[in-house]
Amino acid sequence: MQADPRGVLTGIHFIDGDHACCEGALAAGARFAAGYPITPSTEVVERFAARIPTVGGIFIQMEDELAASITIQGAVWGGAKAFTVTSGPGFSLMMEHIGYAAMTETPCVFVNVQRGGPSTGLPTLPAQADMMQARWGSHGDYEIIALSPNSPQECFDLTVRAFNLSEEYRTPVMFMMDECVGHMTEKVVIPPAEQVEVYPRRHTRRAPGAYKPYEPEADLVPEMVHAGEGYRFHITGLTHDEWGYPNMNVATQDRLVRRLQQKIRAAEDRLTMVDEHGLEDAEVVVVSYGITSRVAERAIEMARQRGVKAGRCRLIGVWPFPDRHLKALAARVKAFVVPEINLGQIAREGERAAGGAARTIPVTHAGGGVHRPQDILEAIMEAAR
Amino acid sequence: MSALPEIVNPVEPLLRTERMPHIWCPGCGIGTTVNCFARALLESQRNLDRVAVVSGIGCSGRVAGYVKLDSFHTTHGRAIPFATGLKLANPSLEVVVYSGDGDLFAIGGNHFIHAARRNVDIKVICVNNLIYAMTGGQTGPATPSTAITATAPYGCYEPSFNLCALAEAAGASYVARWTTFHVRQLTKSMGEVLRKRGFCFIEVLSPCPTLYQRRNKMGDGLDTMKFYKEKSRVRNGAPTSEVALTKDGEIAVGKFVDRERPDYIESMRGRLSEQLGDRYVEMECPVCQ
Ligand SMILES: Cc1ncc(C[n+]2csc(CCOP(=O)(O)OP(=O)(O)O)c2C)c(N)n1
Ligand code: SF4
Repeated sequence: MQADPRGVLTGIHFIDGDHACCEGALAAGARFAAGYPITPSTEVVERFAARIPTVGGIFIQMEDELAASITIQGAVWGGAKAFTVTSGPGFSLMMEHIGYAAMTETPCVFVNVQRGGPSTGLPTLPAQADMMQARWGSHGDYEIIALSPNSPQECFDLTVRAFNLSEEYRTPVMFMMDECVGHMTEKVVIPPAEQVEVYPRRHTRRAPGAYKPYEPEADLVPEMVHAGEGYRFHITGLTHDEWGYPNMNVATQDRLVRRLQQKIRAAEDRLTMVDEHGLEDAEVVVVSYGITSRVAERAIEMARQRGVKAGRCRLIGVWPFPDRHLKALAARVKAFVVPEINLGQIAREGERAAGGAARTIPVTHAGGGVHRPQDILEAIMEAAR
Repeated sequence: MSALPEIVNPVEPLLRTERMPHIWCPGCGIGTTVNCFARALLESQRNLDRVAVVSGIGCSGRVAGYVKLDSFHTTHGRAIPFATGLKLANPSLEVVVYSGDGDLFAIGGNHFIHAARRNVDIKVICVNNLIYAMTGGQTGPATPSTAITATAPYGCYEPSFNLCALAEAAGASYVARWTTFHVRQLTKSMGEVLRKRGFCFIEVLSPCPTLYQRRNKMGDGLDTMKFYKEKSRVRNGAPTSEVALTKDGEIAVGKFVDRERPDYIESMRGRLSEQLGDRYVEMECPVCQ
């Protein structure tokens, strides 16, 4: 489906990642946002608040992130596409509702412009230390989709994709920016609306009597309806059967939780989104994401200049983790070097995927800045030895 | 022998009968309030396809699961913000929040006061059993002083909230209190809020014989009806500052507040069209015809 032209600010812009993310949401058809101010993410909703009254939609500033993260879900069941935006402490408050969205299969997008933590941490400085929280932060077993942009252009492009994936898989999607990408200003090209592909809501064609809210289709995703359409349906965060009714027993739990996991895991290959370069002859692969991938680029160049065959595997989709892809890659290279602005969250995933076939060398950073290319270079040189 | 005429409870079409029996205990007041709600809805002649019920978590929070309407059982304390999103995305819906005193005023208290301040057009029905029932009868923000609870085994010594005063102070357009003894008046109040625009609040005092009355030696469900009958006094229009509840004292019931204020959508529309003129584009309700 083509994007609604009212939300698409076609043209060449010079804007930062936060603003580009907002434009991506508008282009994707988001007409509802709820948020609570927090640095370094607030610019996304500030722009939305300014833009949305002329596009046709609503921004509401809620009393906290607990509220914002469930208000958007009410709006989704009312028929809108909706998202919320936050950073560190606010993301922590949203965890219960990420689980609610996963359990009720409510399509929505959570934008997290990562800053240093834990706790209030470094409000104005970058980190990438919420990657595991994005994956595991809510209680219980569930699978999640998370994307990580490394430029304002990608903040636009991938926000559109985040909405599309949330609709296709009926799952909350985590849009994992970082302070650098959020506040970095670059050229952003917004294409004409007819070139922006938008995934429509998977609304059922069945009549009210013939529709079950949680009867999965072939891809394990059920179709949706909205309040006010005559279906008289029920939604609950309790373990539920295909009718959506609470049914708390081992068998129903098993069927539901495994389906929630499988609908995303089974699509791992489709959800593997990587940006790779120089892998034909690479011995060492730098696996990175977000702002760190741009610093890593310099380190890869320097390594090549020193005769080390280094290559890039940038994760655009971080969750589900591209296990199969990295496993195959590990079989042909010596080592993964994984720089990230945390103490080794994704490195451990890389190591797990490599399964011993290649070494994994983390390059950690506690947050507040980006790596020095030299630090990544050193790890590459060590890996090549 | 002629067949007996089939007797159908008039509220049955509004209930998910396939889910019966419900989980509530004998003598519990929650079902009584649902009966009143169903009757009020039927009398209101509203298009029931456009009525949505949103609940939090608790015994009272299970109401959403038993009414045959679009219904949402959300998370503990967050029914109001969910309802806010639902209402704003589709203003043609009548959105009713149905939940317990702990859900709405402890964990969800912040949302209650802000929704009342904004005057979001939602109707909040609070089943006040003075306790956290679902989790076994612990102290809640409405538990009266000296009452025994699972977490106040020597009697509660915290002051309790006066829910009606709180609602009025925060900006609610309509505030009433009844008990499950006052089924007619409660049904009438529910009908009134279904016709009224803005944030409306009805507190319904309701027995939890299993956990509150038993622990406090106040008898069973029937004894509680007698208690409500004896202790209650209709005080329509009373200042809400005077209607605080105590463990054994008078229960002021009635409609305390009924006032006009622009609701959230009106305020938003007014301000934005004034500032933006023709550039203001109203949200297209994605599903309204
Ligand atoms: C975040 C969270 N904390 C705690 C609980 C446990 N819990 C479930 S219901 C409830 C209290 C409900 O009390 P109330 O709202 O008064 O409803 P009642 O059961 O009395 O009708 C609590 C604390 C929960 N479900 N979620
Ligand atoms: S525990 Fe109390 S509130 Fe819950 S169903 Fe039983 S009587 Fe009702």
